[in-house]
Amino acid sequence: MKIIKFLPIIFLYFSLFSSFSNEKNSQLENKIFKNLRCIICQGQSIYDSQSDFAESMKLVVKQKLDSGMSEEEIYIFFKDQYGEWISYDPEFNAKTYFLWGLPVLIFLLGGAIILRKLAVLKN
Amino acid sequence: MIFNYIGNYSLIISVIISLTIFFLSISNLQKINIKKKINLNKLNFFQFFFVLVSFFSLVVLFVLSEFSNITVFNNSHTTKPLFYKISGTWGNHEGSLLLWLLILTLSLFIYFLSSKSRPIKERLLTLIFQEVIIIGFLIFIIKTSNPFNQIFPIPKEGLGLNPILQDPILAIHPPVLYLGYVSTSIIFSSSLASLVQGNVNNLWAKHIKKWIFASWIFLTIGILLGSIWAYYELGWGGFWFWDPVENISLMPWLSLTALLHCILVLEKRSLLSSWTIILSISTFTLSVCGTFLVRSGILNSVHTFANDPERGLFILIFLFILVFLSLVIYFLFEKNLKTNNNKFNLLTKESSILINNWFIMYFLSVILIGTIYPIFLEVLSDQKISVGPPFFNKLLIPFLIPFLIFMSIGPNLNWIKNKIFENKIQLIIFFILNLILSFFIIKIFGRITLTFTILLAASFYLFYITFKDLIKKDYKNISQAISHFGFSLLILSILMNSILSKEIIANLKVGEEIKFMESTIKFKKVENSSRSNFKSLVGFFEINNKDDKKFLFKPEIRIYNQPQVITSEADIKTNFFKDKFFVINLVKGENYFNIRYQEKPLMIWIWLSTILIAIGGSVSFFKRYEK
Amino acid sequence: MKNRYFFIIIVLFFFFFIVLFKGLKNPNVYIPELQKEKNLSRFDASDFYSNTKTSSLDILNDNNFYLINIWASWCLPCREEHDYLIKLKEQNLIKLIGINYKDNFKNAKKFLNEMGNPYSKILKDKNGTVSIQLGAYGVPETFIIDKNKKIIKKIIGPIDKKIYNEILLIIK
Repeated sequence: MKIIKFLPIIFLYFSLFSSFSNEKNSQLENKIFKNLRCIICQGQSIYDSQSDFAESMKLVVKQKLDSGMSEEEIYIFFKDQYGEWISYDPEFNAKTYFLWGLPVLIFLLGGAIILRKLAVLKN
Repeated sequence: MIFNYIGNYSLIISVIISLTIFFLSISNLQKINIKKKINLNKLNFFQFFFVLVSFFSLVVLFVLSEFSNITVFNNSHTTKPLFYKISGTWGNHEGSLLLWLLILTLSLFIYFLSSKSRPIKERLLTLIFQEVIIIGFLIFIIKTSNPFNQIFPIPKEGLGLNPILQDPILAIHPPVLYLGYVSTSIIFSSSLASLVQGNVNNLWAKHIKKWIFASWIFLTIGILLGSIWAYYELGWGGFWFWDPVENISLMPWLSLTALLHCILVLEKRSLLSSWTIILSISTFTLSVCGTFLVRSGILNSVHTFANDPERGLFILIFLFILVFLSLVIYFLFEKNLKTNNNKFNLLTKESSILINNWFIMYFLSVILIGTIYPIFLEVLSDQKISVGPPFFNKLLIPFLIPFLIFMSIGPNLNWIKNKIFENKIQLIIFFILNLILSFFIIKIFGRITLTFTILLAASFYLFYITFKDLIKKDYKNISQAISHFGFSLLILSILMNSILSKEIIANLKVGEEIKFMESTIKFKKVENSSRSNFKSLVGFFEINNKDDKKFLFKPEIRIYNQPQVITSEADIKTNFFKDKFFVINLVKGENYFNIRYQEKPLMIWIWLSTILIAIGGSVSFFKRYEK
Repeated sequence: MKNRYFFIIIVLFFFFFIVLFKGLKNPNVYIPELQKEKNLSRFDASDFYSNTKTSSLDILNDNNFYLINIWASWCLPCREEHDYLIKLKEQNLIKLIGINYKDNFKNAKKFLNEMGNPYSKILKDKNGTVSIQLGAYGVPETFIIDKNKKIIKKIIGPIDKKIYNEILLIIK
């Protein structure tokens, strides 16, 4: 049973390293498409959007990949051109500490409250 | 047109009736007079009846295409099929609010009829709280979104309904979803009333349980319908986009699911009463919050809704008054909650339900924060960011694994005291399964990450345990067994689906063909045709398997005339193992089509398992009536 | 203890209310405006007339202000702003470069014949990729580039009287 407690930590650890798997080019393309937001159909990724602009953006992504740019560099390029808004994956920086941290904080806090409650009830 | 007036005046009459009920209930509360009770029943009925009249007037206006009515003018068209004329009634802001109100008054009417076993004071208080909500919505409708406003001169033709909303599933999606959302208001009012009365006990739990189950079932089905619609109409094979509007529908569901588990503990063991109250309040608050976020246009979503800041402001104020009142009531009457000193051990059902709630609250907070954080950031620092699927995946998936494992262990624990339970063998089998699975999956699909492998193994484990429960258990807990089995199947199908899906995207001209896996896709021809409200282009594609089996796909592009919108209609071939999904898209100024073909394994099981989850709830709902 | 909780919740409550209230007033559509000056990233495109490939390094080679204007013959606001572009050219203080966006060659030429050609160089952007290199997302869109090859102004939508005067102030 003890191992269960450590599972989240183990998985967090692995999920950090897991992104290094070698993907085929088209899979990588689709992954990038899904992470970029379309400026014309603002609710959709360029993968889902059918707008002309999304098609052009897809072409640019393909060109960049062909020219040897990495996934990360492509995101940086688009963020540079259009602002951070364009990426569906928010960066972890001063602006987003709360975004990333608050849920985990709530989880820990909730855990503490529940443990205390259990301890109280047990006695 | 006479129906404009009938609708409008019935709304005003319902305001008067609602106010009457409100004040009558207050005066009755002060000097309990049993005779007046009958009176209230009738008034409740009339309140519902007049909203119904108003709603029917709007339906009639839509059916007759009466363009003197602004709502009809904005959202309907004479060439639209009758079915969509009717469903167009709630396919717009004004009409959908009227539907919301209709269900609100209906549920109050049903509540008052079916709650005779409860103390009269509690019922009256529930009635008062419920009337506050009803009056709030009535004023909201009449002030900011009256469906019966008229225009002059009367236009000859309407502007039409957005074609992506012209869909049979989307026609029934809002009513089902609203049934779920709105019946949570009864849970809200009743829990506040019983809190004030100090009645939060197992008897109350037994009584309110059926409301919780009913709204949970409707919400589950409602979300399912929305997701199915997104699958074949909106997306390119996706069924959940973590779009703000989708998240908003999921949040009350999560809160309600936690409440559902709490109420069982409250009923059986008189524990977790404060959890129950807080969750009842939060569920309804999240429902109204959803209305605010969707209707105000504060969020940027793929689901287009007409929006208006003035409406947003009204709901915002209304929402905060509701939350404020319930907070005050909670803190004033919290002492009424009897803290039960029943002891329970760590390894019992009670504690596993607490852990369940803990995880669900976490999932809820991730979704809530992810959805509203961009608004906060923009207001506070004027910077715009997007929070999308990668965020939710990163924060949800690692926590899903322990959740699944707890879920497979928890329900097999007993109430009160723990036996040393016999799942040592199960744990061993789990590990073996885990290893075998990890091995095979990594071997066959090299790109799969370890997180995924273990997540998959955990869901297999849950699947195995719940399946065992489903066939082994006596009828005592059949509804839980079905729902949990359904849930494990859902997680498993989603995972397998996302791991094993294959797709190709290409630009093809007529006559060309392209290789995909071990088959070829051939673009045979395009056919044009014309219907009353759209022109259609149908592409004919033939897929030849390596064993020379041929499949013909006919994806379609529709060019609607009122309003002018182009939509892609996917051709989907479904069987028990996988969906084949074919969709084409026009490319401006080019003579080729953008095609997309996907093979999506176990797609249908995502829908079936969700239905199974709802069936589990229904079993529990109807069990009460048999006794 | 209880009172303190209540107090914290009430404060949070009003904070939420104020933020959401303010959020209501913000437009919910994102427009990628220029936040700060930034270097012009290199882009390649083919010439409108001769179809020969050139790069931005070759075109923006003078010590001069440049204006890059994205236009198309099918775009109505482009017609509105065209007079201002011609006037700008007549000032002789800034070089105008046009990027013809997703257009038909014949129509585009007709457009220039009718309205005049303010551009010293026109590039072709058949599939929209060149303008994405610049950070544009539609037509018309205009970039002002200073002598250090930095984008100092980005105009989304047509140039009007006010913007025209602003540009004059910058380049004088």
